[in-house]
Amino acid sequence: MALVTQRTDVPVTIDPELCIDNCTLCVDMCPLDSLAIDPASGKAYMYVDECWYCGPCAARCPVGAVTVNIPLLLR
Amino acid sequence: MLVVGGGTAGTMATLTAAGQGARVLLMEKAHVRHSGSLAMGMDGVNNAVIPGKATPEEYVAEITVANDGIVNQRTVYQTATRGFDMIRRLERYGVKFEKDEHDEYAVRQVHRSGRYVLPMPEGRDVKKVLYRALRGRDMRPLVQIENRVMPVRVLTSGGRAVGAVGFDTRDGSLVTVRAGAVVLATGASGRLGLPASGYLYGTYENPANAGDGYSMAYHAGAELTGIECFQVNPLIKDYNGPACAYVANPFGGYTVNSEGNRFVDSDYWSGHMMAEVKRELDSARGPIYLKLSHLPDSTISKIESILHVTERPTRGTFHANRQHDYRTHDVEMHVSEIGLCSGHSSSGVWVDENAATTVPGLFAAGDLACVPHNYMVGAFVFGEIAGTSAAADVDGAGAPLPEDQVLEAHELIYRPLSQPDGPPQPQVEYKLRRFVNDYLQPPKTERYMETGLESFQRMKREIQFMGARTPHELMRTVEVSFIRDCAEMAARASLYRTESRWGLYHQRADFPERDDENWFCHVNLRKGDRGDMELLTRPVAPYVVDVPGFTRPDGVEPEPVERAESSDTAENVANAAVISW
Repeated sequence: MALVTQRTDVPVTIDPELCIDNCTLCVDMCPLDSLAIDPASGKAYMYVDECWYCGPCAARCPVGAVTVNIPLLLR
Repeated sequence: MLVVGGGTAGTMATLTAAGQGARVLLMEKAHVRHSGSLAMGMDGVNNAVIPGKATPEEYVAEITVANDGIVNQRTVYQTATRGFDMIRRLERYGVKFEKDEHDEYAVRQVHRSGRYVLPMPEGRDVKKVLYRALRGRDMRPLVQIENRVMPVRVLTSGGRAVGAVGFDTRDGSLVTVRAGAVVLATGASGRLGLPASGYLYGTYENPANAGDGYSMAYHAGAELTGIECFQVNPLIKDYNGPACAYVANPFGGYTVNSEGNRFVDSDYWSGHMMAEVKRELDSARGPIYLKLSHLPDSTISKIESILHVTERPTRGTFHANRQHDYRTHDVEMHVSEIGLCSGHSSSGVWVDENAATTVPGLFAAGDLACVPHNYMVGAFVFGEIAGTSAAADVDGAGAPLPEDQVLEAHELIYRPLSQPDGPPQPQVEYKLRRFVNDYLQPPKTERYMETGLESFQRMKREIQFMGARTPHELMRTVEVSFIRDCAEMAARASLYRTESRWGLYHQRADFPERDDENWFCHVNLRKGDRGDMELLTRPVAPYVVDVPGFTRPDGVEPEPVERAESSDTAENVANAAVISW
């Protein structure tokens, strides 16, 4: 089966300037386990477009680096 | 004992069982701190029966009518009689409930007659408070929490639940559990219908609740019931939060059609209310709106401070993205995708008033367990009951695990890894759930549902060939099999009941009338001896309370239960405190 690279607008964005290296608070809280730490940068990012836009990731972030938007299809 | 699911019901089952000395393993596919349908929190409870404000008899009668008489009243009666003690127990843990100036619970009326809706001013902290209780010093020696572990099958030996098989969704390792008893508290089947947006995870229910427990209970041999009584809810169009008449009503908000006229006579969510909503949407008077724009600015600010903070904090973001404001724009509403959920309607695993399923050693609670319209108080109460029942019935302890069942579960979990080029989960799931919408959404007909059933049968093969490359993808592929099981159950149960009942929830276009003569009964389903789905009816148990204005079509006389002393006395409250701490 073909592997296709496709650009996707993901609802959760994390400001790498603010994100604390290797902190996993947002990653731990996501009910869908859609966030991960990028091993190269140590910063959190959304690695699958699976989101209930529920908000614990943003609420738990101690530095306000996490923004939850509405998925594009619903926006 | 094993508790599967760490939401409202599972957490309470764990706290209760451990409080009685049981060793409990709590498995949660997400993280207990923010898992379950609550995720972020809840603005209030919908079904608190507070002494002096309402009586258990009133509540049970109200739910009986809302569910067209098809209830095992003994289960609903538990929620009615134990709900107040539960509110007090939650307060001792640190949950806040609204009180008026006389220090009385500020219950509000949304139901047809009684007042049961009780706001929680700091509702966003509910899971935090419960998690803290779970991690308390008294609980630590007895409670082990495993986050990010997803069970896929309950194991049985000699017809009794003796454990479960699952896997770690982070590192992919297989997890087998031997348990004296198993409590399933996995929430709704929330990823059944596809939201109109097409976004797989934009469901009303938390999409992590994929119907896991419905599928696990079924494969373990348990009976399920009321599956044809779908959950369909009135929501903001395109946003998965309730338009929230429950919150807005007391402030003067209400639902209107495009002509600005009211059209529902009670905002309490029921199949009948949903039928009225659907009728209006499909008429020349659609679309419909939650009207707030007539309210003063200060009132709207207050509504925003509730609706945009706790239950769905991105709701404000949604409106802001479209430059909509309650002061100038009424909120367009629509109906949700279909789901299975006893918290809102009545589809779930068949349980008695002790939370016992038809499989010895297997208990169920929360949205998964059929106790009609049980909502959050009911999830807590049945979590408590399930914890007590399971802790007293751990006979399965020490039974050897059935190897064939472990192997089958292993195959279910890991097969996609051996065929990584197989169709990916997002496409397969989208297709499956589009068929659910095409063929199962009410109004239902025999031909539509049979065609749906054919699609779900055909997709068994496609699901079997799905490919995955990571533990995370394995979680999603197993979930597709849960969704497919639920779709088949939904189609078969709906086909079986050849009448219309519960308003929109089971509206058969080909059998438009209610047929009390033949269908005043439960429709149950279970796995037959040959492995195929078996449908059966069960009579409605004698009522325990009289239902004013409702005559049982089968004429069965009520059998009142001995009512326990009012829990309102200081002595009883003190006793309850000792037991639950």
